[in-house]
Amino acid sequence: MAAPTMDRASSSAASPVQTLTISKALNMGLRAAMEANPKVLMMGEDIGKLGGVFRITDGLQKDFGEQRVLDTPLAESGIIGTAVGLAIRGYRPVCEIQFDGFIFPGFDQIVSQVAKLHYRTQGKIKLPMVIRVPFGGGIGAVEHHSESPESYFAHTAGLKVVSCSNPTDAYWMIQQAIDCDDPVLFFEPKRRYYEKAEVDTTVAPGPLFASRTLRTGTDATLVAYGPMVRTSLDAAAAAAEDGTSLEVIDLRTLSPLDLEPVFESVRRTGRLVVVSEAPSEASIASEIAARVQQECFYSLQAPVLRVTGFDTPYPPSKLEEEFLPDLDRVLHAVDRSLAW
Amino acid sequence: MSSPEQWTHPEPDAAPAATAAKPTAEQVIAGLRATDEGGADLVQLLTPEGERVQHPDFDIDITAEELRGLYRDMVLIRRVDREANALQRKGQLGIWVPLLGQEAAQIGAGRAMRPDDMAFPSYREHGIAWTKGVHPTELLGIFRGTDQGTWDPVERKFHPYTIVIGNQVLNAAGYAMGQKFDGKVGDDDGEATMCFFGDGATSQGDVHEGFVWAAVYDAPLVFFCQNNQWAISEPTERQSRLPLYQRARGYGFPGIRVDGNDVLATLAVTRWALEECRHGNGPILIEAFTYRMDAHTTSDDPTRYRLSDELELWKLKDPIERVKVYLVKQQWADQAFFAEIEAEADTLAEELREFCVNMPDPPAERIFSNVYAEGNPNLEAQRDEFLSYVSGFAGGEH
Repeated sequence: MAAPTMDRASSSAASPVQTLTISKALNMGLRAAMEANPKVLMMGEDIGKLGGVFRITDGLQKDFGEQRVLDTPLAESGIIGTAVGLAIRGYRPVCEIQFDGFIFPGFDQIVSQVAKLHYRTQGKIKLPMVIRVPFGGGIGAVEHHSESPESYFAHTAGLKVVSCSNPTDAYWMIQQAIDCDDPVLFFEPKRRYYEKAEVDTTVAPGPLFASRTLRTGTDATLVAYGPMVRTSLDAAAAAAEDGTSLEVIDLRTLSPLDLEPVFESVRRTGRLVVVSEAPSEASIASEIAARVQQECFYSLQAPVLRVTGFDTPYPPSKLEEEFLPDLDRVLHAVDRSLAW
Repeated sequence: MSSPEQWTHPEPDAAPAATAAKPTAEQVIAGLRATDEGGADLVQLLTPEGERVQHPDFDIDITAEELRGLYRDMVLIRRVDREANALQRKGQLGIWVPLLGQEAAQIGAGRAMRPDDMAFPSYREHGIAWTKGVHPTELLGIFRGTDQGTWDPVERKFHPYTIVIGNQVLNAAGYAMGQKFDGKVGDDDGEATMCFFGDGATSQGDVHEGFVWAAVYDAPLVFFCQNNQWAISEPTERQSRLPLYQRARGYGFPGIRVDGNDVLATLAVTRWALEECRHGNGPILIEAFTYRMDAHTTSDDPTRYRLSDELELWKLKDPIERVKVYLVKQQWADQAFFAEIEAEADTLAEELREFCVNMPDPPAERIFSNVYAEGNPNLEAQRDEFLSYVSGFAGGEH
């Protein structure tokens, strides 16, 4: 998958710093987790021989066998519901939901059992399982292949929800999620799967449930997660050319939210724009807006603005460029905030 | 005992074979009605009149002591059930889910399990809980609203009660897959899992998916369906055209219908099914044909949807009475024994009552405890804020 890079591939195959795509970084992270703990299992549709429709599990069944990389029957409730039983038995299942829009047959098991068993049993049952979900649009797909359902899960007590935005986080966050004793929904930005960056595979850059400031700035703060982090960084770079200094924070964790860095930033910039592909109503972006106005009320120079998908079903793909927040819409919101 | 291969291809006793003419569609359907008792397919070893009968595929060697034990189990759990029902009527429980009439199905199945076998109950499985060593007092908090089940499910091999219909079937399938992955299946020392659900649950997607999963992974799982004829107000024919046990064939594993009011037959069939599973020949579906003698829950009113005639008919098939008759006929028990069990039941009921009325309400912190294994700082802040608010009322009138 990863084309050999000129400088590093020749020097050392085991070099601690490698240029990786998000998809390859996820694949290597999963492999590392399986090597570290024999109880880690992969479950999903087409994840074995095929290596997953996005090849995230490529080669894992060949190396770890059919009992650790399970090509399951085609039923998402079954994947999640049997993973619960395996977790009770002491395994650490990693479920792949093939596309965001197919998670709903498993929704009942996730909300009724995965999220609640630890609470109902007051800690006697732990469910250390990960549900991987390639999410978001921008790939020209048919219906149900481009959705952003993360808010449903962030709204559900008992679940943890994270999203990676770059190869380093892909490599490390998936391993940290597998190590976590709570169930973790892991949202992968599918349209960014093939973006590349250098990854240091020797040391994790920080804890899983922490947001991170990727670019410092003074005029306004952009908060994003998953695929919109790249859009926000591009917007900040473009704004800088016009003399506007934007701070960019990658949330990384959607539940629990880690908003201290956001509060700290807004207290300095006085302005916040939240960027997300998901519809805005009752969303992660709404929650951030509510909390920021509560914590930073006297620092705000403008209302918190949200740049999101619209409150519609995901449209036919010929319209997705209009539907999805892009650099211009982000900058337009920044302008409105600055002009307030 | 017969091999599972025989059971994967049962002869459907569908059409009226006596007539040479091709049966009509209506006749075929009528012959397969989900509520038909199954004739020769129904495994029964002890008739409602207390007669020991033979079955070509299943039998059981039962000692006097074992049968007295099964009788005791059923009498005690029935008393627990009636006492809890009364506690609800007195306002001590918010709701109760009666098992009345299903004692043989549960005690027979429960006593077939070994200590290492795992059980996934629905919410009416007080008899299974009993056989797993979960004391009836441990069930009360669920219905009183003080907890959601306090026993350790892993240590006790008894999963929490599951209220969302059918969810536990997939969880059980996964657990049984784990037993297989752990290498605990394949010989006399093998482990198996039992999953309990009702006739209504058989319409749920999770149950069908559980059948598929257990089948394709050869999981050591006994699906134990208590067909008590009623899913709240809906009769079994609203769930299925076909007798439920015959569904197994479509998934590629054996399905057997047992007289669920016959503790001997239930014990024999479940033991066989568990043996097959622990040797690697699972899964197996057992349909225990029984009857819900009381309401769905204490909030339900069965007079709105079923006739008392039906109830009267099933009273004649009482699961406990037939064992008592047989014990007496065999001279395996005398009046002193029955009196002793009655006294034990009285004591247990009193213990239940005392325990129930003295259960303390949980503290407010309980709302927030154990939502996560590794914590959540935002939730902790919410908890602290609320507890601080609550403490502001301490000692004052508000």
